[in-house]
Amino acid sequence: MSGGHSAFDLGTLDRLGRGTSPIHRLDPRAKLLVTFVFILAVVSLDKHAVGDLLPFFLFPMIILARGEVPFRFVARKIAVVAPFAVLVGIFNPLVDREVMLRIGEVGISGGWLSFVSIVLRVVLTIGALLLLVATTGVPALGRAAERLGAPRLFVTQILGLYRYLFLLVDESQRTLRAYRLRAPDGKTPSWRLFARILGQLLLRAVARARRVYDAMLARGFDGEVRLIGDLRFAGRDWAFLVLWIAIFAVLRFLHPARLLGDLLLRGTP
Amino acid sequence: MSHHRIAIENLGFTYPDGTVALTGVSLEVVHGESVALVGANGAGKSTLLLHLNGVLMATEGSVVVGDLPVTRETLPNIRRAVGTVFQDPEDQLFMPTVFDDVAFGPLNLRMPADQARARVQACLEQVGAWHLRDRPPHRLSAGEKRRVAVAAVLAMSPDILLLDEPSTGLDPRGRRQVIELLRGFAHTKLIVTHDLDLAVELCPRAVILDAGRVVADGPTNRILGDDALLERCGLETPPSARPCPRCGYGPADARV
Repeated sequence: MSGGHSAFDLGTLDRLGRGTSPIHRLDPRAKLLVTFVFILAVVSLDKHAVGDLLPFFLFPMIILARGEVPFRFVARKIAVVAPFAVLVGIFNPLVDREVMLRIGEVGISGGWLSFVSIVLRVVLTIGALLLLVATTGVPALGRAAERLGAPRLFVTQILGLYRYLFLLVDESQRTLRAYRLRAPDGKTPSWRLFARILGQLLLRAVARARRVYDAMLARGFDGEVRLIGDLRFAGRDWAFLVLWIAIFAVLRFLHPARLLGDLLLRGTP
Repeated sequence: MSHHRIAIENLGFTYPDGTVALTGVSLEVVHGESVALVGANGAGKSTLLLHLNGVLMATEGSVVVGDLPVTRETLPNIRRAVGTVFQDPEDQLFMPTVFDDVAFGPLNLRMPADQARARVQACLEQVGAWHLRDRPPHRLSAGEKRRVAVAAVLAMSPDILLLDEPSTGLDPRGRRQVIELLRGFAHTKLIVTHDLDLAVELCPRAVILDAGRVVADGPTNRILGDDALLERCGLETPPSARPCPRCGYGPADARV
């Protein structure tokens, strides 16, 4: 009934978010913080970094395995955003032609390095965010964000948006189906018609918002949404948090890939 | 003295676009009564309901709930005393999980967390939905949504329950569960419905609205057995108020 087949596959993400793996059972605040630090570490590396980025794949791979998230699901979602990353970096090889790295006879320019670096970073950050949502669920993330000091109004907005997104997707699918059933040649709606359908959806959404607000008022809503905070930060949450942040710090500042490389090169003169 | 009564006096309401929704409606519902409010589409049933929980304010005539007139000043008390189960549970279940949704009302009443948690559990158990507590509302069946919506309203411990079309969109089993649930409540109830069989089962008294006016008010069996009246109001005699097509034995005989 709910939009399991929507473009972004919210239904699957939502179902995954309610799993029971060891990663799911961690406190959402621990996962939120670790993911935040991970993204900071990844995006703050030098713009030509490629070798330094590779060890960072350890984190998403472990979460993927321990969190019982299907690899295909994450891969498909990343494939959706990958073209944007390619678009952002595609001109770098043309602009920056200075050779920075030699592998045998082939010289690799800084442009190509930064291009690969951008793509890797997008895969890492989007992957980590997807895994965060798939192993935590949006409601728990909202709660965690609120407890970590995010503005309550903002959190309420996000949670409300998430709640009614499913209905909106359902409603748009029904509207489109109604259109298709009466469009004899089954072609997609023209832009003019599409605008009108969108207008319809907006009007319906506004009417629903009105009814939801009435229902909130009827239960004593006074402008503040209150939640019962049932989060408990246990030993394993601390371990998860401290361990990963330590690993990210080592990868970010000590460049073990580079050290390893130097070590190997020195070993073979 | 009873706080569980509703007194509507000469209520009139016109929507901003000029549509007259209610004209001179007077109605009294006493403690513990269960009243069905029936009428065709657009008869003014939902508009009347919205006046009883203060979503709409009387512009003509007056509405008194318990001993308080429904005004802006008394609104917090009115909303605690009157629980409304809206027609579409999707409108009513707006929190991320069932648990949070049922806790919404008690927390707005400034109930301490521990007490609120116990209240949520008690209400969800009462409607047989405690096992659904961690689900998001979009993962519930229509019947489950309706039961959770009822629990969310019960959690405010209202004196009076208003129900807008409680059986719409439910399959026979879901409808039966909701009827049995409502039968178990001792609250003063006002049930807006097209489901006249539900009215016969749950409400000894029925009120018919037609074009914004009260056209009949009395025992449900008598009113819903009056074919001519129902026809005039765009309604139809429900099977349970009709004599048996085989033997002719009917509700009229049962009451003798």
